[in-house]
Amino acid sequence: MSYIALTYSDLAIAALLILINGAISLGLGLGLERTLAISAVRMVVQLSAVGFVLKFIFAQVSPLWTAGLALIMVLVAGREVIARQSLRHEGWRAWGVGTTTLLFVGTVVTVFGVGGLIQPDPWYAPRFFLPILGMVLGNTMTGIALTLDRLSTIAKRERVAIEAHIAMGARRFVALEGPLREAVKAGAMPIVNAMAASGLVSLPGMMTGQILSGVDPIEATKYQVMIMFLIAGATGIGVLLSGIGGVFLLTDERHRLRLDRLRKAG
Amino acid sequence: MLRVDHLRVGGLAPVSFEVADGECLAVMGPSGAGKSRLLRAIADLEPAEGQIFLNGIERAEMSGPEWRRHVRYMAAEPGWWDETARLHMAAMAEAGAGGATPSLGAGSRIERMVRELGLETAILDRPIAELSSGERQRLALIRAVSDDPDALLLDEPTAALDTQARALAEELIKFLVLSNKSVLVVTHDAAQARRLGRRCLLVANGRVEEKAL
Repeated sequence: MSYIALTYSDLAIAALLILINGAISLGLGLGLERTLAISAVRMVVQLSAVGFVLKFIFAQVSPLWTAGLALIMVLVAGREVIARQSLRHEGWRAWGVGTTTLLFVGTVVTVFGVGGLIQPDPWYAPRFFLPILGMVLGNTMTGIALTLDRLSTIAKRERVAIEAHIAMGARRFVALEGPLREAVKAGAMPIVNAMAASGLVSLPGMMTGQILSGVDPIEATKYQVMIMFLIAGATGIGVLLSGIGGVFLLTDERHRLRLDRLRKAG
Repeated sequence: MLRVDHLRVGGLAPVSFEVADGECLAVMGPSGAGKSRLLRAIADLEPAEGQIFLNGIERAEMSGPEWRRHVRYMAAEPGWWDETARLHMAAMAEAGAGGATPSLGAGSRIERMVRELGLETAILDRPIAELSSGERQRLALIRAVSDDPDALLLDEPTAALDTQARALAEELIKFLVLSNKSVLVVTHDAAQARRLGRRCLLVANGRVEEKAL
């Protein structure tokens, strides 16, 4: 088994499929051709840019460059968490909760996985550190976004009951215990389901990639299983921490429910 | 005694007044004038500038939950977070560091109140969702006083009740006043205000005025 490199003409020929899609859109008057073209061009430009950046960073093998790119990934993921909220918190506090959780969980789990288990030389080798951080962040981000969104949506729906509890002297974590449990469950469900379904419906992307590049399927499976454990662990810790942070976002220091600080997302 | 000093609530001019121990003050005025917000602010359920004292202790000297165990707000539309009324009161009894811990057993003070308000004690174990609005309102009143708070802020506590049940609820409120509680009652019924106390706060046109009844 060996890796087969693609030529640019291979890519051009594959792009013909997108042209066929465009022709279908034109023929049926779906009006999708413009969006389709823009999306395809964006995909090519974004992936190429990432490819060049990674090539440069991998060549450096510098802890600073690795940390710098890792930080950018965390900041972008933190922004994405906020973008996925149907109810937005005023100010920067929600962004702070999402980003801090991602930074903590992403760092701890990736350092554990790369430095502790894979053990490349040096341990921060960007070729290992950055792709694994990316997978951990991508999944944890989804879990955190779901948790925070569900928490504020339930708090709004159950406002009367929560405020009744607070009026009887309950502290914030007592009054919001039910919504917090539900939100944490909602945030953890996708990764639990993904673990249960993986391998049956489709092969996970990383495993497919390794097999295509000539890695023995058993070795690829071992990597994929480890990654799934890392992702599941990170998501579990991430949704719990962000749920706790979410309770602080929804209340103030006097343990009052502060739904007045929430705005519907534009 | 509950003393409110230059409290700024929503669009209302700063409000100052006192309710003595063993006094009931009616809060009256048109819908939307800010009566509920005034009560919610006193219970520290929404932010408001100004000072509030309970028996000489300023609100800021206590945590929010501690304040609300002493100064109890009962909403016009009572909320429920558990399945039965008994589970609610058990949760409050468990959490009740501030007030007296209520006994929930047969013959307890809570069961006595349930009977005094014209209900069967079995209602404490029936699912809240199956109860009528009048039954829920009476249970909410019992829940509000179950752990013996010092001040009560009752928002239209008898709005969902028929004449007989309302009379029983008023008897309970009078009993609370006799037990030295400071009570504020929002009502649209001038006759009820006169039955319960001698003074009222009139909330209208962005102002709060104190009037004799």
